[in-house]
Amino acid sequence: MKLKAPERVTFNKSGFCPGCGHGVAGRLIAEVAEEMGLADKLITTVDVACGSLHLEDWHFDTVMAAHGRTLVTAIGLKKVRKDNPVLAYYGDGAGYAIGMAETIHAGLRNDNVIAIVVNNAIYGMTGGQMAPTTLPGQKTTSSPYGKDAARFGKPFRIEDAYSGFDIGYLARGALVGAANINRAKKMIRKAFEKHMNNQGLCYVELLSPCPTNWNLAPLKAKDFLLDEMTKHFPLGEFKGGDAK
Amino acid sequence: MEKNRTDVTRCKGCGYCVAECPKQAISFGDHMNAKGYLTIVVDQEKCIRCGSCYRVCPDYVFEIL
Ligand SMILES: Cc1ncc(C[n+]2csc(CCOP(=O)(O)OP(=O)(O)O)c2C)c(N)n1
Ligand code: SF4
Ligand code: SF4
Ligand code: SF4
Ligand SMILES: [Mg+2]
Repeated sequence: MKLKAPERVTFNKSGFCPGCGHGVAGRLIAEVAEEMGLADKLITTVDVACGSLHLEDWHFDTVMAAHGRTLVTAIGLKKVRKDNPVLAYYGDGAGYAIGMAETIHAGLRNDNVIAIVVNNAIYGMTGGQMAPTTLPGQKTTSSPYGKDAARFGKPFRIEDAYSGFDIGYLARGALVGAANINRAKKMIRKAFEKHMNNQGLCYVELLSPCPTNWNLAPLKAKDFLLDEMTKHFPLGEFKGGDAK
Repeated sequence: MEKNRTDVTRCKGCGYCVAECPKQAISFGDHMNAKGYLTIVVDQEKCIRCGSCYRVCPDYVFEIL
């Protein structure tokens, strides 16, 4: 089988750390956009966090939003560019800490955009502080003895928060291992298809390794993701999938 | 025969591809790239073009021909 990453992600080299999942996410978005013939029309928004490095390494019309305002910026763009696919790309810190209000209201209104949320259970860019997604007991720079879930809460799960909302699509994939990555691509493809049918908020969360801030070598980070993270963040489709 | 073309100037030495290859066709060689990462080499004989390395690589090193 012939496989070549799209030019629009290979024209430059990325600034992500070794083993970071953001690179895989960027390629999957580019592959789906190219395969659907939408790459020239796609408008993306990126957040002031590690995902913003895509500004340098993907060729899509892109707006950099303020931290946590990536999703609402995309919603605004979609209102004035109704014929363009619009995709918001941001992390768990952006979506579930500073941008929680945006996350909830977008779900409540079922706004017509694609959201790709890279969940690495941590604030990556700022040096690995605890996020609402941090696992119980996980050591971070702001929870050096391990996260106390009784005090700071259990890892935030979007499928619980959105359980009462009728949104277009909700799924969680993972960015490690070829089988998971293939499945994540199918989820992104479904989000794009439903978005082109104006089915409302099409949301894919992607579990992603952050070897640097987890203080783990990339292959150990992969194990941590598969063995520990998936206990709290099950993979699969929650809304608008084939299962239901 | 070349089956799997690599651009190791992009490689960051994470090792995901080495762990993923079902044919043990990928290993770390002794070449260090300009970024200072020890890079991988593919045994073209052993490669079956399954594409797993392409899928897991975060830095787009592989092209399956
Ligand atoms: C208004 C504002 N507050 C705080 C920050 C600092 N800041 C930058 S990135 C970030 C968190 C990043 O975490 P996440 O959104 O999960 O993305 P990651 O880097 O992990 O991919 C924070 C708090 C900021 N840039 N702007
Ligand atoms: S700090 Fe973490 S999320 Fe940011 S580029 Fe490095 S590995 Fe990726
Ligand atoms: S294409 Fe498959 S067999 Fe060939 S090097 Fe990559 S993972 Fe190994
Ligand atoms: S997955 Fe890519 S970056 Fe990582 S070692 Fe293999 S070729 Fe290098
Ligand atoms: Mg994060």
